[in-house]
Amino acid sequence: MTVIHEGDAVVGVVAASVSDPDEPMVPSAEPSAGSELLTNVVPPLITFAAFIGVWYLYSALKYDIPAQRRNALPFPHEVISEGFMPLWDETNGLRPILGYMWPTLQVTVLGLFISIVLGTSFAIIMNLSKHMERAFFPYAVVLQTVPILAITPLLTQLFGERLGVRLVVTVLIAIFPIITNTLFGLQSTDQLHHDLFTLNRVTRLQRLRRLELPSALPAMMAGIRIASGGAVIGSIVADFFFAQGDKGIGYYIRTRQQRASERPEMFAGTIMASLFGVLMFVIVSWITSRAIRNWHDSARPRR
Amino acid sequence: MTTTDASQPAAGTAATGSPAALRFRNVSMVFPDGTHAVDDVSFDVSAGEFVTVVGPSGCGKSTLLRIASGLEANTGGSVVIDRSSIGYVFQDATLLPWRTVQRNVELNAELQGMGKADRRAEAAKAIELVNLIGHEGKYPKQLSGGMKMRCSLARSLVLRPKVFLFDEPFGALDEITRERLNDELLNLFKSEKFAGLFITHSIAEAVFLSTRVLVMSARPGRIIGDYAVPFEFPRRHELRYHAEFAELCGKISADLKDAHE
Repeated sequence: MTVIHEGDAVVGVVAASVSDPDEPMVPSAEPSAGSELLTNVVPPLITFAAFIGVWYLYSALKYDIPAQRRNALPFPHEVISEGFMPLWDETNGLRPILGYMWPTLQVTVLGLFISIVLGTSFAIIMNLSKHMERAFFPYAVVLQTVPILAITPLLTQLFGERLGVRLVVTVLIAIFPIITNTLFGLQSTDQLHHDLFTLNRVTRLQRLRRLELPSALPAMMAGIRIASGGAVIGSIVADFFFAQGDKGIGYYIRTRQQRASERPEMFAGTIMASLFGVLMFVIVSWITSRAIRNWHDSARPRR
Repeated sequence: MTTTDASQPAAGTAATGSPAALRFRNVSMVFPDGTHAVDDVSFDVSAGEFVTVVGPSGCGKSTLLRIASGLEANTGGSVVIDRSSIGYVFQDATLLPWRTVQRNVELNAELQGMGKADRRAEAAKAIELVNLIGHEGKYPKQLSGGMKMRCSLARSLVLRPKVFLFDEPFGALDEITRERLNDELLNLFKSEKFAGLFITHSIAEAVFLSTRVLVMSARPGRIIGDYAVPFEFPRRHELRYHAEFAELCGKISADLKDAHE
């Protein structure tokens, strides 16, 4: 929800709000006392108020004619009254937006899940042998450096335009941080711990299950947090390229952008997509930090 | 150039009257990068003996333990040891941070396939031996340095090894904690009757714990001093302030000074 100046910058807006690698939105563990409320909630509220103020000011200064302004950069209250209202109508306002959010949510969550499974597996394979690492890692890097937009036409040729291809785009974006972080975690296992396991004459599988995977878990969780932002971007970007299958919020934003009269709806869709990105990040952060709380064996059932 | 695993019927084991639990014969170690770490080292450690090696830092003391345990292969000489029954206590406690004290103590037994009920019972005994009762459910980050070392000791005790290898285990602890753990280690040594090989650079610690102290030279490490420690067990804390104790420490210290030159 940051740089809403030009209607064209939609992808950038979404990206800016969800791919922030710092952790600004992680809720504090303890219930806030009054003073904590003051320090945790008030500063971001002030920033938010300032942002809304700048929005009003910029919009008012740039466009003199109200109708022109509404169709280019509507005031925040117009986005609410015309983009989000009515709250529960078949064709206008919030309800169609939520309708388009549902496929986006499905693609994001499913894509993230596939990325976790595949990314972790690849990292484990690469950790098992230097040859495997040399064979695969350069392509993991290529995956990350080739602009995803440049290969989407190719993906359409390969996978059609339905759910499958949306998942492919999502996984292509989300899998890299999972592979690199997990591999890094597996390879940073303490050398003395390795010696300890060697002295116990362990099998390769014992070493992996009892030592390398648990010690890689914090790095893995960091990778999943970063990937959750990537998955949101992937599922929304896919909507901009693929017109078939269950269309998500990206499709809603793209089509509302085309008509000036629907500009408030476009803004509403963008805000919703950004909120979704933030929500994904918060939820995934919460789950991943719980997974390693007081060093994770506690979360596992005792054998 | 051979390493005999004494768990298999070995020919060279019974050359002397009481077979040594650990035997080094003319052992030398040259690392692939050309570093000559250990040169022509020979000694025996039998059950009920506690041998300590002191020497300047970087003289290859720790390499002796890595060779004895099989973590490194010696490039010359021979080592006789039953590797299925060794306890190795590292410089660092090397506890797994995601396991509680109880599950850390069970680790070696678990990895070597001991059943759940057995290893739980054995771990409970070991935890009692090192005075960690009441801390079973804690995670390593909640323990002090001394408690971590106790936990590490307990982990090695569970399998009742015949040979114990100690790689400067108390080097990072404060003086008071170190002396207390020395006392406790001696109690364990008397009750468990293992063969102990201990590495340290504290002369007082070496003399207090050992039945024999070996002095190693600077690299390449050779044995340049060999002292039997005559004090009776149980050794009391006050032994550290006896004249004889100080005299022995002084001799070893003089050797060490030569070792640096």
